[in-house]
Amino acid sequence: MDPIREAMLKRSRSAKLERRGRLISLFCIGLIVVIVAGIFYFVASKGLATFFSDGVNLWDFLTHSVWSPGVKDAHGSPQVGALPMIVGSFGVTFLSAIIATPFAVGAAVFMTEISPKVGRKILQPVIELLVGIPSVVYGFIGLSVVVPFIRSIFGGTGFGILAGTFVLFVMILPTVTSMAVDALRAVPSHYRSASLALGATRWQTTWRVVLRAATPGILTGIVFGMARAFGEALAVQMVIGNAALLPNNLVSPASTLTSVLTSGIGNTVMGSLENNALWSLALLLLLMSLFFNIMIRWIGKKGELK
Amino acid sequence: MDNYSLDDIFIRDFDRKTQEIAVETEDLRVFYGDNEAIHGVSLPFERYKITSLIGASGSGKSTFLRSINRMNDNIDGTRVTGKIMYRDVDINSDNVDIYEMRKHIGMVFQRPNPFAKSIYDNITFAPKRFGEHDKQKLDEMVETSLKQAALWDQVKDDLHQSGLSLSGGQAQRLCIARAIAMQPDILLLDEPASALDPISTSTVEETLMTLKDQYTIIIVTHNMQQAARISDYTAFFYSGKALEYDETRKIFTRPKIKATEDYVSGHFG
Repeated sequence: MDPIREAMLKRSRSAKLERRGRLISLFCIGLIVVIVAGIFYFVASKGLATFFSDGVNLWDFLTHSVWSPGVKDAHGSPQVGALPMIVGSFGVTFLSAIIATPFAVGAAVFMTEISPKVGRKILQPVIELLVGIPSVVYGFIGLSVVVPFIRSIFGGTGFGILAGTFVLFVMILPTVTSMAVDALRAVPSHYRSASLALGATRWQTTWRVVLRAATPGILTGIVFGMARAFGEALAVQMVIGNAALLPNNLVSPASTLTSVLTSGIGNTVMGSLENNALWSLALLLLLMSLFFNIMIRWIGKKGELK
Repeated sequence: MDNYSLDDIFIRDFDRKTQEIAVETEDLRVFYGDNEAIHGVSLPFERYKITSLIGASGSGKSTFLRSINRMNDNIDGTRVTGKIMYRDVDINSDNVDIYEMRKHIGMVFQRPNPFAKSIYDNITFAPKRFGEHDKQKLDEMVETSLKQAALWDQVKDDLHQSGLSLSGGQAQRLCIARAIAMQPDILLLDEPASALDPISTSTVEETLMTLKDQYTIIIVTHNMQQAARISDYTAFFYSGKALEYDETRKIFTRPKIKATEDYVSGHFG
């Protein structure tokens, strides 16, 4: 038989290796999918039990403001109103994002448009360093610097949404900045040339052309920062005061979904209403981070250059 | 490769009484760090004519062009010495407002680079920067410049579509329209057709031919047929110097310098 034909019709060693490699990577990705699905299933089954087996009304859960799962109210239904935590979580998230955005964009503009050399050599490593600091360190600094500072200005305990906002602001600043830097660097340099050649100043070029073109990337960075702020537990828990009360100002003790979860999960019995209620909070967190992820993808798709 | 003498130079004389000079460089030198890229080029450019700058890659023609409206200022470590006389002012001096100057000396680049904005906003970008906000005047500017750039008929029905949705040739003509919206005196074009297919190239060339009634055009091109087709004068660049500068017809039929002759006949390098 013709040796070439024979070799072609036989599966070669490299073809077999190819197949094996594909199977291995398929297995890995399958494992990840199973783990994610498992987490979702677990959290959902626990979290939904509050509504299905303990008979808590979903609407009451989202809108009532009394959180004491161990105590029943006059009608005999458990008091699991998560509104204080929802308000707390969204409060610190949005406030910190609002404060961080101008600083992050300003820093990113400096690093890419005004002084790229200093940006690359000095500021980039500084920002990467900030990302790597563990959140307990941020929380500790918040506890020993920010909280006393707020106390001395506004009175009260100093714990509260404002303290949480400051700590989160510093925590998400590097995330938002580095993503804004990436977005600005991705703007093709011929945009800048075109604008300058038309007689626009550097500021006009940055403001009207470069930032405009980088907006989707910057928005993605902001949402990333918000996702981080929303999910941050430890640092926030250390400075927010941990009172499950609906906050009526920024400097009274409050709580977030994460802070109630971390402080409560060790003190409840698996399967009890108190425990299930915490799982419901976890489910809410999970859904929110899913929502942030979808937002990021959506912005990315919208912002593709047409 | 032959080494041609850099001292063997022919630069044509202009009769300054009858021929108006729009812009003129005097001993222009460009340094990248310590490296001198342009070695003292003095060229006058006649008003309402098309002048081509030809030469091999790296001969300095693009660098020279970019110096004229000081786009090289934006590159770190670049220094430009010598004079660029425009309306009896040396625009290569520090007391010149480069933003105001670029209003009168526009530039179109090699790659079509419309902004990620609508066609309308692309063209009104510069006028708005210089304080023109009257809707009617802006509308007129858009129509005039698109007509001059021979793009009006193709886009007039949807001026609010993205500038990035145009084909290469259309996008380049949009960039030309954008550059002439401010009614500049001089239009600098850096290989404007090199990224385009032959049909788009010829539409851009036709556009340039009609524009020279109102604008002084200086164009860098790799394409010698293009230089021969559209330009009135041609300067041949070699090694950072302009070796020969004459009427295009003469450059392509009876060049006076050996290097030019070899280049235009294809025996170069």
